[in-house]
Amino acid sequence: MTFWLIEGAYLVASALFVMSLYWMNDPKTARRGVGAGVVAMALAIVGTLFNPGIVNWGWIAGAVLLGFLLGVPLSWVPLTAVPQRTAVSHAFGGLAAGLVGTAKFYLWQGEPESFTAFRTFALVAEVILGFLTFTGSLMAAGKLQEVKWIPQRPVTYPFQNTVNIGLLGVAVACGLALVYRPVELAYLFPVIVVLALAFGILLIIPIGGADMPTVISLLNSYAGLSAVAMGFVLDNKLLVIAGALDGSSGLILSIIMCRAMNRSFTNVLFGAFGQVQPKAGAAETRTAKKETPEGAAQVLEMASQVVIVPGYGMAVAQAQQRVRELYDELTKRRIEVKFAIHPVAGRMPGHMNVLLAEADIPYDKLVEMDDINPEMAQTDVVLVIGANDVVNPAARHDKASPIFGMPIIDADKARMCLAIKRSMNPGFAGIENELYFADRTYMLFGDAKAVVGDLVKQLSGGSGL
Amino acid sequence: MLFGPLLASTGAGAGGADAAGFASLLFVFLLSTFIGLGVVTRVSRLLHTPLMSLTNAISAIAVVASIVIAGQDHPPVITLLGAIALAASMTNIVSGFLITDRMLKMFKRPGEEKRP
Repeated sequence: MTFWLIEGAYLVASALFVMSLYWMNDPKTARRGVGAGVVAMALAIVGTLFNPGIVNWGWIAGAVLLGFLLGVPLSWVPLTAVPQRTAVSHAFGGLAAGLVGTAKFYLWQGEPESFTAFRTFALVAEVILGFLTFTGSLMAAGKLQEVKWIPQRPVTYPFQNTVNIGLLGVAVACGLALVYRPVELAYLFPVIVVLALAFGILLIIPIGGADMPTVISLLNSYAGLSAVAMGFVLDNKLLVIAGALDGSSGLILSIIMCRAMNRSFTNVLFGAFGQVQPKAGAAETRTAKKETPEGAAQVLEMASQVVIVPGYGMAVAQAQQRVRELYDELTKRRIEVKFAIHPVAGRMPGHMNVLLAEADIPYDKLVEMDDINPEMAQTDVVLVIGANDVVNPAARHDKASPIFGMPIIDADKARMCLAIKRSMNPGFAGIENELYFADRTYMLFGDAKAVVGDLVKQLSGGSGL
Repeated sequence: MLFGPLLASTGAGAGGADAAGFASLLFVFLLSTFIGLGVVTRVSRLLHTPLMSLTNAISAIAVVASIVIAGQDHPPVITLLGAIALAASMTNIVSGFLITDRMLKMFKRPGEEKRP
């Protein structure tokens, strides 16, 4: 009876988890997906509480309460901080997997017949994945939050990759030894834990800020895989299914991010991006043309199609609301306004869409790079706000550029390009942007929020609408 | 042979039942990965950030294992490990679902009411 109660709850929960992700295919049904997820999780938890032998109700209630106390404030973070929050929750996921594995390992010391070769193997995998995800995600969160004692720039040292892979190799070797002698060699277990914790830190240290979207997605995948390994340890199908869904989602997002930057996984993990020194030279003698907000407002007013290319700089300047006002002013004049969203705009997959949605910009105006590029030649004005590398034409033709081959938004193909930028300093990746020196490009220097605000003022004041 | 013990236990004897259970879990893993890949590739690109926070909450299914470890009668250290794991998973569940819903509420089509 209890068996079927629990298994039945798990079965329905598995189906609902799949449906939950399925409903995310459209913003119209997406909130139903959250509902399905909540019901599934509630079923799984209630089902589990029917397990015979559960006696420590106080501990359970305390831990659940603590989870609510931490979880509710974590869901209130500003949307610019969502990448950090996501990294922190990958860390928690990894920690939970690691601790459950550790608890099981020491429990089984008292009943050595539980250590079948398969289970020990899965347990070692769970613990290594769990703890490396824990420290790795904390490092990633620290880099995203720009915590002082965590270096933002990639940290490299000689034989870095050899050392890292060596550490992981030793951990795996200890794990395989445990498969043979789980009880006699139990002292190796803490060694594995320490090595996994260290490996997580060392894996993230050489990775620069520009690669964070990929790294977060990859850690998402690891967190899922550690849940899968836990399922193998505990012989629990629900854990395997939910973990596999999370793991495959992280994998797909990582692949999308890698493609959007024209990089491979190995290159992201072992390449230390940002090390390539951009060649100094001809670029310095070129000058960019300046435009005033008055002139820019007139140009915008004359246009019939405007494409706005937002980058993370827009969010840093807190300019989303001003951008929304500009969107309103332009659409009032029956000008078609669209937003061109590069897959790596922002600091995690899809980040820019959420930031613009928060400013009440309708989601049918948020257009993906591949869909907007064919329209660029018919576009009258492109307005670049706080984006840099994703509009750099060097990615198309300059083989010496570190971003060569990266797909970009073709801002240079529009009839005219206006770029808002604080100064002529090169961007995050330290690469000179050819777009700013192009014939049809005019620069608007200043803080994104102030400049867009000026544009709005010009449009709302001067037109007599 | 490194994987000797793993392969040896596929034979008859004490390891047989374990190997069969493990094999069926491998099938479950394989099939659910394919379902995951199929479903997630169809997720709207607009929603990749909410997708990640939703899968975060879903993979906190480790809560199931944490409850059993924290709840059963074990030495206090083990109970403590289970309780920490339970708190961590519960945090992910609560914050994951809440923030996903908060973000999804922001996505508006033209003509839909602005939020109050």
